[in-house]
Amino acid sequence: MSGIIFNIKKFAVHDGPGIRTTLFLKGCPLRCRWCHNPESWTPEPVSIHRQIRLDGHIHNDSERIGVLTTVEEIMQELERERIIMEESGGGVTLSGGEPLMQPDFSKEILIQSSQAGFHTAIDTSGYADREIFRKIAPYTNLFLYDLKIMDPEEHKKFTGCNNEIILRNFEWLVRQDCEIIVRTPLIRGITDTPDNLEQLLTFLIPYQDTLKQIDFLTCHKMGRSKFEKLGLPYAFSGIDPTPSQSEVTKITSMFRNEGFTVTQS
Amino acid sequence: MRSSSPTITTTHINMTPRISRLRRISMEASHRISAERALLITDFYKNHQAFGDSTPVQLAKAFRHIMLGKSIYIHPDELIVGERGPEPKATPTYPEITVHSLQDLDILNSREKVWFRVDDETRNAYRDIIIPFWQGRSNRDRIMQAMSPEWKDAYEAGIFTEFMEQRAPGHTVAGNKIYRKGMLDIIEDINQANQALDFLNDPNAFSQAEELKAMRMAAETLIHFANRHADKLTEMSDAEDEPNRKAELEKMAAICRRVPANAPSTFHEALQYYWFVHLGVVTELNPWDSFNPGRLDQHLYPFYKRELEAGTLTRVQAIEMLQAFWIKFNNHPAPPKVGVTALESNTYTDFALINLGGVREDGSDAVNELSYVILDVIEEMRLLQPSSMVQLSKKNPDRFIDQAVKITRTGFGQPSIFNTDAIVQELINQGKDIKDARNGGASGCVETGAFGVESYILTGYFNLPKILEITLYNGMDPRTGKKTGPETGEPASFKTYGELLEAYRKQVEHFVDVKLRGSNIIESIFMEHVPTPFLSLIIDDCVSNGTDYMAGGARYNTNYIQGVGMGTVTDSLTALKLHVYGEKNLSIEEFVGALQQDFNGFEDLRFRLIYKTPKYGNDDDRADDQLRDLFDIYHDAVTGRKSPRGATYRINLLPTTCHVYFGSVTLASADGRKAGLPVSEGISPVQGADTRGPSAVIRSAAKIDHLRTGGTLLNQKFSPSFFKDDEAIRKVSALVKSYFRMDGHHIQFNVVDAATLRDAQKNPERHRDLIVRVAGYSDYFNDLGEDLQEEIIRRTEHEST
Repeated sequence: MSGIIFNIKKFAVHDGPGIRTTLFLKGCPLRCRWCHNPESWTPEPVSIHRQIRLDGHIHNDSERIGVLTTVEEIMQELERERIIMEESGGGVTLSGGEPLMQPDFSKEILIQSSQAGFHTAIDTSGYADREIFRKIAPYTNLFLYDLKIMDPEEHKKFTGCNNEIILRNFEWLVRQDCEIIVRTPLIRGITDTPDNLEQLLTFLIPYQDTLKQIDFLTCHKMGRSKFEKLGLPYAFSGIDPTPSQSEVTKITSMFRNEGFTVTQS
Repeated sequence: MRSSSPTITTTHINMTPRISRLRRISMEASHRISAERALLITDFYKNHQAFGDSTPVQLAKAFRHIMLGKSIYIHPDELIVGERGPEPKATPTYPEITVHSLQDLDILNSREKVWFRVDDETRNAYRDIIIPFWQGRSNRDRIMQAMSPEWKDAYEAGIFTEFMEQRAPGHTVAGNKIYRKGMLDIIEDINQANQALDFLNDPNAFSQAEELKAMRMAAETLIHFANRHADKLTEMSDAEDEPNRKAELEKMAAICRRVPANAPSTFHEALQYYWFVHLGVVTELNPWDSFNPGRLDQHLYPFYKRELEAGTLTRVQAIEMLQAFWIKFNNHPAPPKVGVTALESNTYTDFALINLGGVREDGSDAVNELSYVILDVIEEMRLLQPSSMVQLSKKNPDRFIDQAVKITRTGFGQPSIFNTDAIVQELINQGKDIKDARNGGASGCVETGAFGVESYILTGYFNLPKILEITLYNGMDPRTGKKTGPETGEPASFKTYGELLEAYRKQVEHFVDVKLRGSNIIESIFMEHVPTPFLSLIIDDCVSNGTDYMAGGARYNTNYIQGVGMGTVTDSLTALKLHVYGEKNLSIEEFVGALQQDFNGFEDLRFRLIYKTPKYGNDDDRADDQLRDLFDIYHDAVTGRKSPRGATYRINLLPTTCHVYFGSVTLASADGRKAGLPVSEGISPVQGADTRGPSAVIRSAAKIDHLRTGGTLLNQKFSPSFFKDDEAIRKVSALVKSYFRMDGHHIQFNVVDAATLRDAQKNPERHRDLIVRVAGYSDYFNDLGEDLQEEIIRRTEHEST
C-alpha cells in the first residue's frame, strides 16, 4: 500500500512525547487562512518553483511537493529512528495536511507502527467520517486534535469547512479509550478572541477528566512565503498574526485556572 | 516521556569575594611571554653544569635548576599555590625545544588573535642571550635537519602537520598514584627498581640506572620546590595581621611541607599535591595537552567523604578550594606557537580536560556526590580552562547526564559528553587490561587513554581532502605544481569509481608512510635527547621499568594520527561517484576543470553539488557508504604500525583548528566547497550539509566504527531556545544516549544563536565573555580568527520549530 507524503521530519520534538518522526500526508479538506503548510492542501503532488541565490547567481529550482511512498518505505525510515524513539519515549506522528484524507494509508501505517512497537500519534483537524476514526482509533495512542474556531459561521469563513463534524467527532473520541491533546492555534483576531476562547472552554469543561492537555500554538509567521510560492493570496500581508506573549499568557492562565494542563509551543 | 522524573535542579553556589578577585585577575591578566625559564635553562647549559652527565641526568639537573631558580608567586588571596610563570598568564618558553626568533616574537606580540605581549626586556634577553645560544641547537632544529625532502614537501603542501615540531610529546593524564604515594614513597620505588637491576645479564642496566638516578633527582626537586612555597607562605603568615588568614597561611605552609613529599591525607593536600605535579610536568617541558588530573571526582572523593564525615571539611570549603584550583588552570595559556603549529591549534586553551563520572575500576557506577559538586563548580566558574567533560556510562543515573546537558545550555560549550562504555571497549580493543581501561577516559580534545599508565601521543593532523585533490592530479599538488605523491593514474583513465577509490587508497598509504617515517625519526630524537624523568615518576610503569616516558617506559604506548575532513572527502567522493560514474552527466576532466576554476563559470554544477547531491550527515547511505570505505582506508593504512619506542600507531578523528588551515591549502573540492574555505571538522558533517536534523546526524556518524579509533569528535549546534525546559533537556539527553547506544564516542553542543554571534563580530566589546565550542575545546569567540568565526556561524542550527 502507498500514499502521498510531502515530508518526513525527524527529531520532531513538538508533536507528542519524546523525539518523534512526523510524517506529513498530503491533502486537506480545510483551507485555514493562516495555514503554514498550504502546499499540503491538494491531494495530488504539486511543484513549487523557487529561486536560490548562490555566488551572486540566481538558480531556478523546482521542488516536488508530494511523493508516492509505500508503507514499507515508511517503516524502513521509522526503523532507522528506533533507538532514538526508544531512548526518548518517542514515536511516530501522522500529520499533514489532514492524514485522515488518506484513511487506508494512515491506518496501515498506524497498524504496522503499533506492531513494530512505536508509539503512535495523529495530528488531525477532526474533519473526517466517523467511520474512519472508528477504524484508526484502536491503533492510535495519542490524538493531537485541532479545535480552532467554535462559532460555525466563523469556522466556515476562515477554514472553508463546517465545524459540526469536528465537534461531534471530538465528543465521540473523548469517550473512547485514547489520549487526546487539544491543539488550538492562536491567530490574532480570529481564534484568540474572548468569545472564541470562552466557547472553547465551555465546550471542553465536561471532558476535563479525560483530556490530557491543551496545547496553544503560536508560531505562524512562516506561512507567508509559502502562500506566495504557490501563488495563493495571503490573508495576513503586513499583519503579524501571532498574538503578543502577554496575551498568550493571559489565555493559558484562563484555561489553567479551570484545571486544564496547558502547554504552549 | 518520563514525565514523572524529578525536576532537574541546580544548587546555586556563589563565589566568595576572594575567589571573585582571583577569577578576575586570571581573566584580566595580559598574556605575555616570560623569559625567566628560557634564561634559566640557557644559564644551566651555558655554564656546562651537567657536562659529562648522561642525558637523563643532565635533564634532571636542568629541571632542578629551573624549579629552584624560578620566582615564586603567591597571591595574598590564594588557597592553592604555585605558578608556571612569574605571575598569572606570564608564559614561559622552551628554547631547548623550539627557539623563537625575534621575528616570531614580533608576530606573537602583534598578531590579532592568540597574541602574547613581548616587552623590551624579554626581547633583549632573546636577542642577546637566548637566541645566540640556542639557534641551530634546539630540538626543532634537530628535527628539521633530519626530515627527508619528501616529508618536507608533504608538510609544506599541508598534507599533514607535525605536533612535535614546537612542543614535546606528553598527551597523558595522571592516574591515582599521587593520591597513594608521596615523592618519598616513589623514591623508595626507585631505589627498589635500582636494586633489581641486573648488571650481569642486562645490557640496558646501566642506562636504566642513569634514568633512575634522574628520576630520583626529579622527585627530590619537586619536594624542594614545594618547600620554597612553604617558606614563602610562612613569611606571608608572619606578616599577616588578620588572624584567620594568618592561620590559613600557616596551614598552607604546613601542607606544602607535607605534600608532595608524602601522600596526601586531606582534600586540600590532594589538590595542592596535584598542582605541584602539574607544575613539574609543564615546567620540565612544554608537553602537548599541558597536564591533566583526569578523573578528578574519583581521585578526590575518598578525601572529601572522609573529611566530611570527620567534620574537618565542609561542602562549602571544598567548593571554594575547587574554585581556586580551577583558576590555577586558567592562569596558564598554552605555550606560544608559531607557523603551522599555531594554525593547527590556534588557541590559548591548553587542553587539560577534567573527567567526571564514568565507571569505577570494578565496572560499577562511578558518579558520586563530588561529581555533582564539580559540575556546579564548572557552571559557576565559566572559565576557558580547564576544559571539562562528563563520561556517561549506561550505568550512570539520568540525573547526571541531565545535569550536564543543563550546563551546556548556558552556552560556554562545557562540559562535553563522552561515552564511557565505548572508551572502555576502544581501550580493550587496543589490548589493555579491563581495569586500566575503566580507569581511563578522554583527554585533550577527545583522545582515549588509560590514565596513569599510558603514553599516547598525537603526532599530527592528516588532510584527507587534500589527498583526494592530489589523487585527481595524478600525484601533483595543483596549488604549487609540485609532484608530491606517487603517480596513481590520470583520472581520465579510471573506468570505474572503484579505480578512483583504489588510486586514493594508494595516495593515502603513501602519505601515511611518509608521515610515519618522519614521526619515527622524531620519536627517536626525543628518546635520545629529551627524556622526561619527572613525568616518568607519575606514569606507571616507568619507574619499575627504569625506562623514561619518552622511551617506552609506560605500561602502554600509542601514537595517534588525527584524520581531518572526513565529511568533506566523503561528500566529494559521493559527488564524483554519482555525477561522473553514476549519472555520467559530466566527465572527470570537466569536473576537475571546474574545481581548478573554483567553479567560476560552473555555477550550475556547484548548485547541483550543494543542493542536489546526497551528503553525509543525513542518514543517507548514498553518501554514508563512501564514509565507511574512507574510514577503512585510513584506518588500515595507519593502525597496527609500530614506532621506535614500541608504540602502536592508531587513528582518531578530530581537528582542533586544523580544518581551517587544511582548507586554506586545498582548492575547491567536489562537494561544492570553494577553494580555501575550511574543510569539515572531526566527524561532523560539512558545515550546513546536514539538513535532516540531529537524529540523522548521529545515525550517519554512528556508521563510523568508533570502537576501532582512539576518539572521534562530533559537534552539534543548538540555539539556546532549544533547551528551554526540563523536557527539552531530557530530549537532548535522549539524543546523547541514543548516539552512545550506537557506540558514538563523543558529542558536544554549541548552544548559541547565529544572531548573537553576528553581533559579537560587529561589537566584540559587548561579548567579551562569549565562549563557544570550537572543536574539542571551547574558546572565546573574540579570540577566534574571522574565518573560524564565520564557520561557527555557518554550522547548521538545529533550531526546532
